[in-house]
Amino acid sequence: MPPLLDVRNLMTYFFTAGGLVKAVRGVDFTIEAGETLALVGESGCGKSMTALSLLRLVPEPGRIVEGQIFFAGNDLLHVPDEEMRRVRGNQIAMIFQEPMTSLNPVLRIGEQIAEVLRLHKGQSPAKALETAGELLHRVGIPAPKQRLREYPHQLSGGMRQRVVIAMALACDPRLLIADEPTTALDVTIQAQIMDLLRQLKSEREMATLLITHDLGVVAENADRVAIMYNGLILEYAPVRAIFNDPRHPYTRGLLACIPKLGKKRRRLTTVNGQGGGNGSLSFLDRCPPDFAPRQGNLPRLREVAPGHLVRRWED
Amino acid sequence: MEPLLEVRDLSKAFRSGGGLPGAPSRRLQAVDRVSFTLFKGETLGLVGESGCGKSTTGRLILRLLEADEGQVLFGGRDLLKLSPGEMRPLRRNLQMIFQDPYSSLNPRMKVGDIVGEPLRIHGLARGPELRGEVTALLERVGLEAGYYDRYPHEFSGGQRQRVGIARALAVRPSLIIADEPVSALDLSIQAQVVNLLQDLQQEFALTYLFIAHDLSVIEHISDRVAVMYLGRIVELAPAEALYRAPRHPYSEALLNAVPVPDPDRPRNRPLVKGEVPSAFDPPSGCHFHPRCPYAQEICGRERPAFVDQGNGHFAACHFSEQVGKFRTF
Repeated sequence: MPPLLDVRNLMTYFFTAGGLVKAVRGVDFTIEAGETLALVGESGCGKSMTALSLLRLVPEPGRIVEGQIFFAGNDLLHVPDEEMRRVRGNQIAMIFQEPMTSLNPVLRIGEQIAEVLRLHKGQSPAKALETAGELLHRVGIPAPKQRLREYPHQLSGGMRQRVVIAMALACDPRLLIADEPTTALDVTIQAQIMDLLRQLKSEREMATLLITHDLGVVAENADRVAIMYNGLILEYAPVRAIFNDPRHPYTRGLLACIPKLGKKRRRLTTVNGQGGGNGSLSFLDRCPPDFAPRQGNLPRLREVAPGHLVRRWED
Repeated sequence: MEPLLEVRDLSKAFRSGGGLPGAPSRRLQAVDRVSFTLFKGETLGLVGESGCGKSTTGRLILRLLEADEGQVLFGGRDLLKLSPGEMRPLRRNLQMIFQDPYSSLNPRMKVGDIVGEPLRIHGLARGPELRGEVTALLERVGLEAGYYDRYPHEFSGGQRQRVGIARALAVRPSLIIADEPVSALDLSIQAQVVNLLQDLQQEFALTYLFIAHDLSVIEHISDRVAVMYLGRIVELAPAEALYRAPRHPYSEALLNAVPVPDPDRPRNRPLVKGEVPSAFDPPSGCHFHPRCPYAQEICGRERPAFVDQGNGHFAACHFSEQVGKFRTF
């Protein structure tokens, strides 16, 4: 069976007044039904633009310039706009770091969730409101009937993110894109939300594209991991292989520089460089020859162990 | 060890609402009788979730906010009782590094002037001497001397935080209060800045009050750690002891919630239920009792005393000796 999502050679560029910015420079990955793929990288690496490209929501002056995005067999880059609107919400839902990105501040919670159900599922207003209450209950919101009548500002950050998750689930999507879903939340609430997402995933066979910079969140939630740097995937492997047997110097650097609870070291290891601007390849330039560019070209992703791909030259 | 600064029963309440006629004004106890000592040369980590009062505590010590009650003893004097004129020369000893390197630097000032300003204000250097001193500071924090005439927008987040560190360092303070200094930075940059702060501490014999919400960073940098919950310090201990064997249920819950970068660890673990209650209406007795797995009847009635459980390990819990049952690793 083909994978649920199959992204091939995706390139998303920004045509800004200051010049061309290659945010996504040729990315390939797949997600199977019910699987969680984590897309990991530091700010500006192109992980969020990859996600927005999947939904064809790249903001101006950005454009998908090349690639294919097969979702359940159809290339999303070639479906008509109207069909794409049905895919968003119905088939693929997205949640963001800041829940207010997806909530309307002047509408009651109940109306917002019910709207999704009326539009995408054709439910009657009364039935939609009832379903909305059930969804709130499912995502762990206490006193859901009362919450339906409240406005987003009356809720805490954690509760708002639960509402957004309820909204995303309203249409039983087959793929959930979660872009830093817990980064804005406190650690105890973050743990509760990730716990909820894990439960929902196993309950509904829902695939997840989890975008994060937090390697702890990755270790506890992902099945497979793609490490991104400067618009490219550098390493792509099952979660255990990434943590126990990282092969790319960048992945090793990332893992080495995080302080780990209960493992106090005198000094943190650092990745070279002070964080270059967009288009900077400084890290790769300083890599060992097996990984560094040759005549301005970067190596391709090569399979070094079953299912474990690394961007490096042949031995 | 010699104390550098002592905080005693520091308290601060904010009022909200009441702006309109007839509207009720509500009281929020942001900092509630907080006490601790900073010893010379140590790093004390102050950790807690948003709204727990950790940043307010830092600001009260430097009198960026005025406290309602309490004492801050420094060099034999209570800082809270000093007039602005008496306070000014002392500020040289107490500097701050802020979280957001984007908003804490004046965008219209050159980086060299930003770093040099405290030296000018305190009359410590001027002219070519000032320029030389600033250049040396920039180089010491890992920036090129040539950056002197550039503006903040030309720098990355990590570089701006280095500018903020150079500015704090300029007047050779004895204490630096760092309020979430690395939480806005990418992982790799975070590690560089943490290392820099540790190097500078050695070189300049600095004492740090390091405020952060990230428990891993706090463990790494701190000699001792204080955990805050709803305005109160609930536990204070040497870092290693607190992380290995927390004596307050809230510290235990926080540590259990941290995602650990180890895929071989079981993914499902017991989590503390519910959210932090509103600070406008905190629970009676021990603020943590409604969420606490150890709570009994007394916890809702009596605020537990903050007592030494042995070896400088302080905790405010009626059942401190039981804590540890729910620790997951």
